[in-house]
Amino acid sequence: MIKIENLYKYFDGREILHDISCEFESGKTNLIIGQSGSGKTVLMKCLIGLYEAEKGNILYDNRNFIKMAKKDRQILQQEMGVLFQGGALFDSMSVKENVLFPLIMLSNLNESERNDRAEFCLERVNLQDSQHLYPSQISGGMKKRVAIARSIALNPKYLFCDEPNSGLDPKTSLIIDELIYELTHEYQMTTIINTHDMNSVMAIGETVSFIHEGKLWWKGSKNEILNTDNDELNSFVYASKFAQHLKRK
Amino acid sequence: MDKNSSLKLGYTNRSNLKMNFLEVLLQDIGEYILLMKRVIAKPKNKAYFRKQLVDEINVLCINSLLIISVISIFMGAVITIQTNLQIENPLLPTWTIGFVVRQSVVLEFAPTIVSIFLAGKIGSHIASEIGTMKVTEQVDALETMGINSASHLILPKIIASSMVNPLLIIISIFLGLLGGWGACEFLGTIPSSQYIEGIRSWFESRDIYYALVKAFVFAFLISSISGFWGYKTTGGALEVGKTSTKAVVSSSFMILLFDLIITEIFFG
Ligand SMILES: Nc1ncnc2c1ncn2[C@@H]1O[C@H](COP(=O)(O)OP(=O)(O)O)[C@@H](O)[C@H]1O
Ligand SMILES: [Mg+2]
Repeated sequence: MIKIENLYKYFDGREILHDISCEFESGKTNLIIGQSGSGKTVLMKCLIGLYEAEKGNILYDNRNFIKMAKKDRQILQQEMGVLFQGGALFDSMSVKENVLFPLIMLSNLNESERNDRAEFCLERVNLQDSQHLYPSQISGGMKKRVAIARSIALNPKYLFCDEPNSGLDPKTSLIIDELIYELTHEYQMTTIINTHDMNSVMAIGETVSFIHEGKLWWKGSKNEILNTDNDELNSFVYASKFAQHLKRK
Repeated sequence: MDKNSSLKLGYTNRSNLKMNFLEVLLQDIGEYILLMKRVIAKPKNKAYFRKQLVDEINVLCINSLLIISVISIFMGAVITIQTNLQIENPLLPTWTIGFVVRQSVVLEFAPTIVSIFLAGKIGSHIASEIGTMKVTEQVDALETMGINSASHLILPKIIASSMVNPLLIIISIFLGLLGGWGACEFLGTIPSSQYIEGIRSWFESRDIYYALVKAFVFAFLISSISGFWGYKTTGGALEVGKTSTKAVVSSSFMILLFDLIITEIFFG
């Protein structure tokens, strides 16, 4: 479980996150939704330690990430898997080397164990046949899957995904969403997913937090989201013509 | 944001702060020193570090060997021809031409000119490689794995180039002198026996140390300064281009500045 208490983040005196308090449950896909620019990425980067929050606490199963020494932080970071928006694959390495990398740098496995683990992860995302290709040679959806394989290589307890299906077609998006959902339940990870895609919300949103202008505006389940009287949330949910059409029905 | 984390993200916003040139320079130097403190750290995995080192030696140094050889040979030939033209004095014995050529090549042309050439070639390579990793979140990916990304990316480059550059300079000196001999032998600038006598006269080992120290220091400057600019990149492809230009300009400038400093230390 990840718990955020009264988190604030400023950039050059501008308040980006305002008093965010929230809980994300273990073994579930916790979605953070909101318009572009609302602060989702900044929040995630605070959670994984890339940005320093000015005020507040972040508790990973009661371990306070904010108050930790740098060394302890690095140890906790090894329990996190992160899927960046663009995939962030290492261009100079092949697909398999990308998955091997965290195993080489951070695990105590020997070479054949590492190899087995990398192959297992690649198989899990259905990429066993593309091991030797380089990131520049594969499609956007495949890049996301490699990034997923790399992020689960070390068996993380916490998985962070920043817009996992940005730039993908609806069908591929669905495959990626389902993959993340399955992995979350398979390994009982606490998964946090940033998205602005209502399709993802309806498909895999076990808990949904709505961020608007840096504030946590609403929290609930995907079933509650369609019948809320929160104006900002409604304008977000029913932004697409398609959704408006359904609502009128 | 505290100083350290702002550096870690390479994020400094100067748009709303009116800073003059000197303040910008001092801030850059400060950030450079802080970054170097992070770079100098024990590698997490020694075997992997050795592999990185070998890769960097290949990319940064061995790939420059051919072009440096060609440059050195032509440089030696031109210096010989020019020196002969400038010192046409019946009072000076002909072999002094060879001596002057050797001193020019050993002291300045091989270490300084070749390093400035390398600042353009490997400096832009380092800055754009690291800059691209920065803007595509590859550096963030390393950091969230709990890896010191600054050290992981920059240290192998610094060590590889500081180790190999002195070697490249030795090769450049040798080929430069060979180029001068070629000018004598094939273009008849001066008799080659006189040239060879000249390049063998009044040899002082201090000159070679001086050249090697320069090669080492310049390689450190090129790789660390270019690594710094690469690491500072934020934004997108446009910024990657800008910082790699900055890397080349500032490392070339620092090479000339340190040329002066080292010369003062050795001969001043
Ligand atoms: N490194 C940064 N420096 C300054 N402002 C930033 C930085 N990163 C994000 N912001 C600002 O924070 C706000 C939220 O951005 P972000 O979290 O990226 O939005 P999104 O919800 O689309 O992911 C934006 O207004 C953005 O301009
Ligand atoms: Mg974002």
